Formats: sequence, C-alpha cells, structure tokens
Amino acid sequence: MTTTVDSILAEYAGAGRDALIPILQRVQEREGYLSTDAIVRIGEKLDLPAAKIYGVATFYNQFRFQPRGKNHIMICRGTACHVKGSAKVLENISHRTGVEPGRTSRDGQFSIEVVACMGACALAPAVNVNGHFYPKVSPTKVDRLIQDCRDEETN
Amino acid sequence: MIKFEVDNVSVEAKEGDTILGALRRNGVNVPTLCHMEDLAPTGACRICVVEVDGMRGLVPACSYPVAEGMKIKSRSPRVIEARRTVTQLLLANHPDDCLYCSRSGNCELQTIATELGVRQRLYRGQRATRKLDVSSPSVVRDPEKCILCGRCVRMCEEVQGVSAIDFIGRGSSTVIGTAFDRGLNVSSCINCGQCIVVCPTGALTERSHVDEVIAALADPDKYVVVQHAPAISVTIAEEFGVKPGTDADGRLVAALRRAGFDKVFDTSFSADLTIMEEGSELISRIRNNGVLPMITSCSPGWIKYVETFYPQLLPNVSTCKSPQQMLGALIKSFFAQTQGIAPEKIVSVSIMPCTAKKFEAQRPEFAPNGLPDVDYVLTTREAARLLRTCGINMERLEPDNADTPFGERSSAGKIFGAGGGVMEAAIRSAHFLLTGKELSEPKLTALRGTKDRKEMQLDIDGLKVGVAVVSGLGNARTLMNEIAAGRSDIHFIEVMACPGGCVGGGGQPIGLDRESVKERMKTLYNIDRDDALRVSHKNANVQRLYREFLGEPLGHRSHELLHTHYGKRDVLR
Repeated sequence: MTTTVDSILAEYAGAGRDALIPILQRVQEREGYLSTDAIVRIGEKLDLPAAKIYGVATFYNQFRFQPRGKNHIMICRGTACHVKGSAKVLENISHRTGVEPGRTSRDGQFSIEVVACMGACALAPAVNVNGHFYPKVSPTKVDRLIQDCRDEETN
Repeated sequence: MIKFEVDNVSVEAKEGDTILGALRRNGVNVPTLCHMEDLAPTGACRICVVEVDGMRGLVPACSYPVAEGMKIKSRSPRVIEARRTVTQLLLANHPDDCLYCSRSGNCELQTIATELGVRQRLYRGQRATRKLDVSSPSVVRDPEKCILCGRCVRMCEEVQGVSAIDFIGRGSSTVIGTAFDRGLNVSSCINCGQCIVVCPTGALTERSHVDEVIAALADPDKYVVVQHAPAISVTIAEEFGVKPGTDADGRLVAALRRAGFDKVFDTSFSADLTIMEEGSELISRIRNNGVLPMITSCSPGWIKYVETFYPQLLPNVSTCKSPQQMLGALIKSFFAQTQGIAPEKIVSVSIMPCTAKKFEAQRPEFAPNGLPDVDYVLTTREAARLLRTCGINMERLEPDNADTPFGERSSAGKIFGAGGGVMEAAIRSAHFLLTGKELSEPKLTALRGTKDRKEMQLDIDGLKVGVAVVSGLGNARTLMNEIAAGRSDIHFIEVMACPGGCVGGGGQPIGLDRESVKERMKTLYNIDRDDALRVSHKNANVQRLYREFLGEPLGHRSHELLHTHYGKRDVLR
C-alpha cells in the first residue's frame, strides 16, 4: 500500500507544499481514501506536519479518511436536488445505514459521500450507488434501496 | 515619521507601523482577539476594525499600515456597532458558563464584551456539542469555548515549530484539532503550554491538580512536601495583581508553610546539583571524546521535542534529570531515609512555571518501583489558586526561609529561571572544576537578555569551548539543523522550550508579553547580582549531600538517582 503512495510521490520529485492537493487527489484516486500512513508519508515528502495536511484535507468534501464501503452511496446535494428534498434523502440514508456523511460503517458495508452536483438535475433528487444511478429518490425508495444492498450481501 | 489623524487629533507613527500599533502607542486602546506580538497579523477576529476616511468598508487595524495624512475614526458609532456585533456573534454559540470557567476574570472575550458594553444576548446560535480533550497530562482542550482566533495554532507552528494542532474542517463546523482528531496525548504535542498562555478564552487550560493537593494536605497519614522552581518567586506575585518583576521568595515560602506543607524546598537547590552533575558530564565528554555538542535536559518540553523530531540527537542530550526530578528522587530516597519516613507516605508536590513538568512527573522513567518521584505538579497559576482557595494572603506574611536540607541555593541555581541562566551557571562551575579557580567575572553578559539565540566562545585555560543558548523550539530547530549540517564550533547548548526560558513558561500567569518576561528576567539577575553565593559548587548543602550520601558527581549513587535515558517516540507528526 505504501508503495502506491511512494510511486505517486516519486512523480512529484522536488515538489513543494503547493503540490499537496494534487497529491492528495492522486492518492485518493488510487487507494479510495487517505490513510494515516499515506498522510504521514506525504508529510515527510513535502515537509508538512500531519495536522496541517489533515486540516487542508478536511477543508474539502472530496477527501475521505476511511476506505469506501462495499456499497458506496453518493448523494447529490446540488441546487435542483436540494429543491426536490435531497436533505431529507441524505438524512434518511444516514439514519438507515447508521453512517455519517463522509464515513464508512464499521462492518464496511456502507459509505456515504455528499456530492455538490452530479449533473443529473433532471433526475433530482439523484443518488448513485457503486456507479449506478437512482433517479427521483423518495424516502420510501431509500428504504428499498438500502434493503436491496443488504439482500445482495446475504444472497 | 508619518503624521496622521485619529479622532481629529494629530499624532505620529513610525514607518511600517500598523494602525493598531500606532494607535496603541498614542493612547488609544484597540481591542483584538487574534493579534500576537512579533507575529505577522492575520486579521481573523475583526474586533479591531476602525473607520478610515475615504475607504468604503471598515479596516482591520491589526493588518493595515498607517499612511501619511490618514484620517482614522477609532470610536465612531459605526466602529463601536461593528465591534459589538462581532463580539455578540462570537458569544452566540459560546457556552454560558463564565462563572465556572477557570479563565473568568482574565478572559479576553469577557473583558472585551464588558468594555464594549455587551450586556444582552442578541443572537442565539446553534450550540455544537464538542468533546473535551482530557487525554493529555498537561493541557485540557475545550473546543466549545474556542473562538477560532488561531493564536494557539500559530504559536504551535510558527514559534514552537511543532504543529500538533490546526484548523480542522470548514465553515461553521471548523474546530482546532490534532491530525485525525485524536487525543493530544498521542499527537506530537510537547506539552509546553504556550497555547494556553496565548488563548484568549478558557478553551485551553492546564490539567489541574489543585484538588488532589488540597486533599493530600488534609490527610493526616501523608507527609506533604513541596518544591518551587527558580522562576516561581518572580512571577507568582503577578497573580495577585503586583507588577511583573516582583520577587516574593520568602513570602511564598511562608504562604506554602501556612497552607500546610510539612516541608518547603527550593528547586534552585537541585539546580545547583544539576550544575555539578551536568558540568562534570560536559568535562567528561570533552576529555573522553564523548558525543558533542552536549545539550541540556532541564526542559521537559524540549526533551519530548527531541524524542519526537530529532531522535538522532538523543545521544547529545545530557543524561541529567531535570532539577524537578533530581529533587523528587532525593526527597523519596535520601530525605525519607534520614527522616525515617516511608517513601509511600510522602506526597511530593512541585510548583513549576511549566505544564510539560506535569507530563515529565508521570513518565515511567521517574517512577522507580511504580512510585512516582514527584506526585503532583502545580503551575504558577494553580499555586496561586491553591493559596486563594486556602485563604492565604501572601502579602501579609513575614518572609521565611526554605527548609534544610534542600533549601539553600546559590544564585547560579536561581538564574535557571531565565533563558541563558543554566549556561551561565554551568560555565561558572565548569571553570572552577577545570582550573580550580573562580571566574574573574561571574556575569556573562553575552548569555543574558531576551534574544532568542545567544552564542559565546570561551577560553578556559587554553581549552576552547563554544556555547549556545536558544529558547523557543523554532529557534532550537534552526540550531539543530546547523549542527546536523556539520557545525562543530559549539560544544554545549542550552535549550529552553519556551521563549525567554522558564520566566516565559506555559504555566506562568496569563497575559504574557515581552515586557513582563524582561522584567521577570531582570529580577532574577538582580538577585544574582546581590547574592553572596553565586556559584553552585560552593553550595554547602550540595557539598554535604555529596559527602554524606551521593559520593561524587557522576558516581554510582548519582547515576542511579540523578541520571536517566530518553528514547525515540513514535507519534503522528
């Protein structure tokens, strides 16, 4: 795992602290999240304290610090989806799965990511699970969606 | 000189002055919650805004330079309204528990709200519940009281070079936290407590042990002894409203005795002892081609810093315990034996200018057979709190002397409290140990003063010794990097974690500024100037201790009781 981070860092030889965000993005792209080890390694490379990197990374919604769950749920919180009640959808999904936005459940089944806009405004409110779009998600649809994910696991 | 106008009065400022600096010098108080002396302004809190003629918006005084002909309004209704609103917004999600807050009475937020006449709650913001971080043995963090001014973050990063904490998250959910939001105890925090001293509110405080000490004092089965560090007597009076630089040594001793301590000892005694051991260690390292430069080990914040950031330099660090731990070890061994008291019955308290001493006291290295050498550490602030709780009026007491056998001190031990003092004391004694003669002039001016870094080249009967003194860990880092890069003209280094040394320690009275640190230092050096005994090696009680118990410096007993070893620390950094 460390080797992935190292290979990314190798591409940024001689880089300064201004390269931090692109590096974080690359690492998350490859590993799915930013691990403690990865942040420490990046810090050593860029001569930045871990607390500073964590501070920068938590400023942006895009970074996560736990591996994705088996079912990675992205919820759109863009304007159109908001108007169509995505706040309630997010609350529902969070409640049903017991996972807070940006985090992963203990059993590794679910992770939730809040997205600013998925570009699917016509389908508002839109939810995406592991790359598959669910249009016009109502609270009742949420229950079935989560149940489907759980059933798939037991089958 | 720049001429400008404030509230229709013509005044002058220096080139490059900020509005804040210029106004303050001209008798106009400008409130601020984020400004820090000697650091670049951030303009974070917006309390310091003023009106400038010709400018549309209000201008933050802390970060805006004065210009020729500028017309400033510092107390217009618009300015006062803006300041009040900012204060009210800060209070909107602040816990309403001033009465129970340890900073009540010297809280900057409280003071500003009072001064601006904020007398009712205008906004009720959503209160976020955030957990208290009590994981550290030294520092307690209460994020609910935090106003996000950023002073602690800047102190930790820019002055101390530690960066254990930073702004985490964004917008209204921002908090100050460690990497991965873990406890301070597993972060790279070195417990120096400088964050506490700069915090305007009660968000950062020391882990208090006042109640434990009060309980011990009331327990008839316990024998409670106390030691107070060299820098305490010149600062504790400030807690009672006396001006900085007032020495209260004798009255402090009398007050502690009144509080019920069975014995009152002076850590300056073990500072003298430290000099004997450390001086001998330095000479031995020089004569036997040991690892050089040797670095002092009195400052526990510095020790944790080396363990965390420069483990490769651990062989350079003196093996001497700090004066607190030396005296702690002697109290539960030599003192217990000679008095016929079981060590388990002794409660050993120390009053220190330092929060890192709390961490040091609970290190496993200093608890032989599980019995800690020092049980409780109180900061200067807590000691004052203890005296207040016990209803002791220090000012009305007759000065008293500390108890034998650890009460007598030389003034060399006393100046340990000032950055550069350890080095000065060490040189005085090393000179004697090497040549058999006293230094012709015990005052080493090059090592004095509030400068972050002082260096000196000595010639002791042909032996060339280079010494350096640094305080503030950012400065220590610079010097350590020079040493790592191969600098070899320095043989002995004094490092103090806090800027200015112990007089500027993280356990000292709140409201620390450069001027009070200077005054405290001056008082220590005046004590030294007027003292009859100015060298550690002539301390009769130290000599007696060697004769009757320890043997000789670096001897077997010394090694067992007064020396230790530190190791690499694996924390997130």
